[in-house]
Amino acid sequence: MGLEDLNHNFLTGRIEDLVKWARRNSVWPATFGLACCAIEMMSTGAAHFDLARFGMEVFRASPRQADLMIVAGRVSQKMAPVLRQVYDQMMEPKWVISMGVCASSGGMFNNYAIVQGVDQIVPVDVYSPGCPPGPETLMHSILTLHELIRTGEITKRRGAAGAGAGVHVTERRVAVATPH
Amino acid sequence: MDEPDGQPAEDEAELVHGAPSALSRGQLVVFPERADYLDLVGLLYDDGYRVCVDLTGADYQPYMERELPAGVTRERFEVVVNLLATDTRRRIRVRVQVPEADPALPSIFQLHPGTEAMERETYDMFGVVFTGHPDLSRILMPDDWEGHPLRKDFGFGRIPVQFKGAPPAR
Amino acid sequence: MTVAETSEGDQELLPKSRTAGVEYLREVGAVLRIPHLPEGIEEVPTDHDTMIINMGPQHPSTHGVLRVMMELQGETVLRCKPVMGYLHTGMEKTGEELTYLQGPTNTTRMDYISPLFNELVFSLATEKLLDIELPPRATWIRMLMCELNRMSSQVVWLATNGMDLGAVSMMIYGFREREMILAFFEKVTGLRMNHNYIRPGGVAVDLPEGWRDDVLKILEVFPQRLDEYDTLLTGQPIWQERTQGVGVITTEECLALGVTGPILRSTGMPWDLRRDQPYLYYDQVDFDVIVGSYGDTFDRYAIRLNEIRESIKIIHQILDKMPQGDYRVQDKKVTPPPRARIDESMEALIHHFKIFTEGFRVPEGEVYVAVESPRGELGCYMVSDGSSKPYRMHIRGPSFVNLQALPHMIRGALIADAVAVISTIDPIMGEVDR
Ligand code: SF4
Repeated sequence: MGLEDLNHNFLTGRIEDLVKWARRNSVWPATFGLACCAIEMMSTGAAHFDLARFGMEVFRASPRQADLMIVAGRVSQKMAPVLRQVYDQMMEPKWVISMGVCASSGGMFNNYAIVQGVDQIVPVDVYSPGCPPGPETLMHSILTLHELIRTGEITKRRGAAGAGAGVHVTERRVAVATPH
Repeated sequence: MDEPDGQPAEDEAELVHGAPSALSRGQLVVFPERADYLDLVGLLYDDGYRVCVDLTGADYQPYMERELPAGVTRERFEVVVNLLATDTRRRIRVRVQVPEADPALPSIFQLHPGTEAMERETYDMFGVVFTGHPDLSRILMPDDWEGHPLRKDFGFGRIPVQFKGAPPAR
Repeated sequence: MTVAETSEGDQELLPKSRTAGVEYLREVGAVLRIPHLPEGIEEVPTDHDTMIINMGPQHPSTHGVLRVMMELQGETVLRCKPVMGYLHTGMEKTGEELTYLQGPTNTTRMDYISPLFNELVFSLATEKLLDIELPPRATWIRMLMCELNRMSSQVVWLATNGMDLGAVSMMIYGFREREMILAFFEKVTGLRMNHNYIRPGGVAVDLPEGWRDDVLKILEVFPQRLDEYDTLLTGQPIWQERTQGVGVITTEECLALGVTGPILRSTGMPWDLRRDQPYLYYDQVDFDVIVGSYGDTFDRYAIRLNEIRESIKIIHQILDKMPQGDYRVQDKKVTPPPRARIDESMEALIHHFKIFTEGFRVPEGEVYVAVESPRGELGCYMVSDGSSKPYRMHIRGPSFVNLQALPHMIRGALIADAVAVISTIDPIMGEVDR
């Protein structure tokens, strides 16, 4: 039996593209507001800039329900382990946007308290410059991320790719079986 | 700028409860001995300085020749307490010298419970120990941090990320 | 599965069996001499009747990275302890490395909801050390910008507080109003936040063409919007149920703990530095200090709402009084030469270069200066050793001190009210941890 017997229209494509298309259009960010940048992230989500236009307005409070972490603000030495834990709690596939110069490189706070770049702790996909990045800049980095998802691989696992730039936190075996 | 602090008359600016004092840009500052510190804050409390607005420290290691009234020995650390009398709208500042060899000072927590967090911060940042404080632990830095960051001999610049129990970075 | 270790040891709320006696007495209120246990707690339970839960540092209702540990018996909060430092930025150390002219860049990032106040207090302290007199226009511009900032800060509080208590539409409205003020700030300072606009010696630039119309437009729209909030929240029974009688604190407790700002005023004490120890030209404008009477969350909501109305009143007077003149002091020691002079004069160029690389020297001395920020007394203690960088720069953040009231306000409340109480303190973590 050939396809000519079907009486609707159809499109052919690769399953991979379909998955990527679906992922790209429903990225759910976790609220990870840390400092000044978080306020700009909130304004981006609010009425004036309306992140809902990109299907991104549902900020999830629980990392388990999110697949994008927007690190908005400076990460202190005390916060670093917490950030890593939240990242580990997120489901694969997951992405990270480093928002603001503080998260990207420590910014103007090159001192004892601030982690000089969040990429020392988690792998970063998009760096968003500015102090704070305006809502437009954040939206641009989100669109850049969408483009990355659309053109990237769908099966690459973070763990294998050396997540966390070689920094490993204490491993504690948990009773739940882990799919490896 | 005109004087916002409602300052006392000149003659008062000599001895405050037996401690030398001075005017710094028109603001009244008292310099008690370490042993008299607790009593002085208590006496000031009775004078109406009921609110402890701020308590912080300073490390004067490379700047020992700072200006102090006669009779006050210069020490490395100073604890600076800002008190406020809300009914007379006056402010007073207490500067106590704390020696490097024994960086300890009685806590004024019993009089001003609001100094709880501030004394912890001063302990965290300068390593000044407040005896009698109910819960003297670090407040801003991680619990197992080494050193006191605001001391002048603590390095300023970039330092590697510290993780608890983590194997050394590659 | 990797689980990071995030324990902070002694900084955390420990079980009663491991809490030292003095600390425990403080937590049950013995220090503040509360004569009886609050309602809802019959007797002191033992460790195995209770449970210690952890809220934050990554939690949507903690306004950033505050971590609160609470001991619960059933739904009642027995003890609680805020654990902070998760946003410690080392700004006081950085401040010792920056010149006085660069200083506001650093301090403005502390309280990021009301950045202009941080710049103001830093500049006032520097000016007091320098002993210079500002031209009137500079001072009036500062007042104008600060009052606008106070308005935007209070609407952000209304927005986040609304969201915390389930009035999600308030969140959208609050940020909509804020955008209006931010658009004006962007026009004046070039940035939406962290402006570095108020600098020692005046302000960075003069107000742009047409600023008066922009301000008037904001002043025209805001009262209507405030009335909308009244309809949406003030008279609404659910809102009243969730806020009235929640998180009560008394004047004595506030003063003992050093708490200032709307929390102190909600207990009925009219203490506002703008009126009681006037700085800038606040003694030349007429406004009311809003006070509450019960010291509960509803009072604090009403105070913040009405403070926006007072700010509008102040700005109207500022518009009437705004003089012509210089926007920064014409003191060669402190002020860089005007841009046009740099192109024609070598001296001006060198002067400009020196001020921005070396900075200006500030005479030796130490001062403490305080202003009334939307959250309370914002102070700056500055020591100068005669060089061009502060020897010691300490900021007294109102949120840092106010947060100490949390254990007292939350004690005996229900866990659901804890969110309302945290939000009513309005802690800005950037300022708490600095
Ligand atoms: S990048 Fe700038 S705005 Fe963002 S957190 Fe850092 S200082 Fe604040």
